[in-house]
Amino acid sequence: MNGRATAVGVAGVSKTFRIPRHHVMAFKERALHPIRRVPVTDLHALKDVSFEIGQGEFFGIAGRNGSGKSTLLKCMAGIYRVDSGEITVAGRLVPFIELGVGFNTEMTALDNVVINGVMMGMSPREAQRRFDAVIEFAELGGFLDLKLKNYSSGMQVRLAFALMVQADADVLLIDEVLAVGDAAFQQKCFDAFHDLRDRGKTVVLVTHDMQMIERFCQRAMLLQHGSVVDIGDPSSIARRYLELNFEEHEEASVTAARPDDVSHGVLIGDVWIEGQDGRRVDSVGQGDPLVIRAGIEVLEHIDDPEVGVTIHDEAGTVVFGTSTRELGRDEQPFGPGDRLALRIALRNDLKPARYYVDCGVHEGLHKVAAFRPRAADFLVFGNRAQSGLVALDHTFDLERQHNHAEAATTQ
Amino acid sequence: MSSIAAPRRVRGPSAFGGGWRRTLYLTWIIGLTEYRLTYFGSALGYLWSLMRPLMLFGVLYVVFTQVVNFGDDIVNYPMLLLFNIVLFNFFADASSRAVTSVVEREAIVRKMSFPGMVIPFARVLSGGLNLGVSLVAVFIFLLGYGVNPRWTWLLLPLLLVPLVLLTLAVAMLLSALFVRFRDVGPIWAVISTALFYGSPVLYAIDKVPEEYRQVLMLVNPLADILEQGRRWVIDPNAEGAVAAAGGGAWILVPVAVGLAVCALGVWVFNHEAPRIAERL
Repeated sequence: MNGRATAVGVAGVSKTFRIPRHHVMAFKERALHPIRRVPVTDLHALKDVSFEIGQGEFFGIAGRNGSGKSTLLKCMAGIYRVDSGEITVAGRLVPFIELGVGFNTEMTALDNVVINGVMMGMSPREAQRRFDAVIEFAELGGFLDLKLKNYSSGMQVRLAFALMVQADADVLLIDEVLAVGDAAFQQKCFDAFHDLRDRGKTVVLVTHDMQMIERFCQRAMLLQHGSVVDIGDPSSIARRYLELNFEEHEEASVTAARPDDVSHGVLIGDVWIEGQDGRRVDSVGQGDPLVIRAGIEVLEHIDDPEVGVTIHDEAGTVVFGTSTRELGRDEQPFGPGDRLALRIALRNDLKPARYYVDCGVHEGLHKVAAFRPRAADFLVFGNRAQSGLVALDHTFDLERQHNHAEAATTQ
Repeated sequence: MSSIAAPRRVRGPSAFGGGWRRTLYLTWIIGLTEYRLTYFGSALGYLWSLMRPLMLFGVLYVVFTQVVNFGDDIVNYPMLLLFNIVLFNFFADASSRAVTSVVEREAIVRKMSFPGMVIPFARVLSGGLNLGVSLVAVFIFLLGYGVNPRWTWLLLPLLLVPLVLLTLAVAMLLSALFVRFRDVGPIWAVISTALFYGSPVLYAIDKVPEEYRQVLMLVNPLADILEQGRRWVIDPNAEGAVAAAGGGAWILVPVAVGLAVCALGVWVFNHEAPRIAERL
């Protein structure tokens, strides 16, 4: 911290989620069993986490999916209440957990800039005044009257990012939103990051992209299973992260669960992505092999089970889905204590962007036994020019059957 | 380096945290957006704010004056019907749309920190804007029908304030409970219908048999608001809330009921607010 004043102080913060095993909590159950306690799984998302971030510091928080980094971010942002410990912040803190939160696609850029600005803590007037700067950064000058739904996804992202850069915040919490957009825009965002740093803004960047950590952060922290593993300079944290990843490679733990998970008798544990050499990865090249892995633990008897995954993009568009039932397989019933290892191998023909993997287990056609939305995510990189969602394997012939120049001379 | 603000403790989500100014801005901007989008894409747009209550009024008018002769002995019955429907519709619409409000706004509740009550409040505000437009139409109709304007029309805000407070309280209560108990939706649909028939919307309070009249006026603050409205706006010879409630200090009972509902709404929402983001 080099003697700087503290911008964010986190002291002994713990957070436990109590996840009911049966999510249905209706009046009927309360009426029938007024004193029965609903069985819950305690999930220790954060365990006694302490650190300090100095004024003007660029601080990275690294950790795998389920390590508690997003929970920590939400506690710092005041979205979740901590169970114990204390978080202090100097000045105005604005979280960017997702780009374009609260965007309404039926409205124009101006409306959305004002709505978003007010949500980030400005007055409507301040938000309006910032409009020009936002539009300039986003390079959307010619499209002001368009409704947001008529913007391309890239334009929406640019607008959202411009709002973040132009937010009048002292502390910015950023949850890996950078991995989108084309190279030119990324460069612009990197410039903006340097700009934020030069202007003395305190930035907290949560990511599992070690390149980002090493490129921007002055210090970084590594989280694992809700505890701080190490705080130090970015390169040593990046090394520790890779070591940890390698160690845990085969271990399918159930600690990765999050509060939006559904679980009725089946627990979907860690879900992760492997690259061509069988190592756990966060990004996959276009055209390379991609393997989705998951560990599943069965707690209750499940008849006629179906296990499946879907891959969708940031906007929620499903680009691929597969399941045992769709493949025409009849699985034997699952029994308590069964442990399953899922492995789906495919060739990655997706276009460059960030993708999310949902994993689910159904009982019969309609009953959800377990569902983990966004259980894993990965980034696709590549520079093959292409439009559309997927790079379909294809050949392209364009044959001239009538030559215009020849036809003209013979006439 | 920018000037250094004193460190403040992050207290986590709450019903009211974040300052009243921010609460106000957010309620305004979200409520206005919702209002603008209510009739979005329809050919008539904002005109529906006027058309919807008028069309409902038309149906009820035909049924209760042409099919069953119900309002013959009530002064200015068609206008009473219109006035009551506009006021009650605001309450019913805003409260039923508030039920799912927090759940529907999940995306921002889980990704931004702001005072939670903004969400049900914004729903009530968008309903309130609707009410404002409808009331303009009501008064134009009143004049066209031949009701003489009186100074008591200026007392209308005294009716709207308790009506809005009651609606806000119910909106807070329902939206917070719905996060935990999805049964709140159908239950409120039934209660809302019961309140429609249990309030003097279709009828005037003096149509209610004597032995029930006072009880109704005491337990249902909506009945008092509507009856007082009848006296101030439609028919100066109507009994009014005070007399119908039993005279004198009896009026304090429905006031207390209303305040109790407000206190309950605030308490429940305040109690649930810190954990709403986790439960969604």
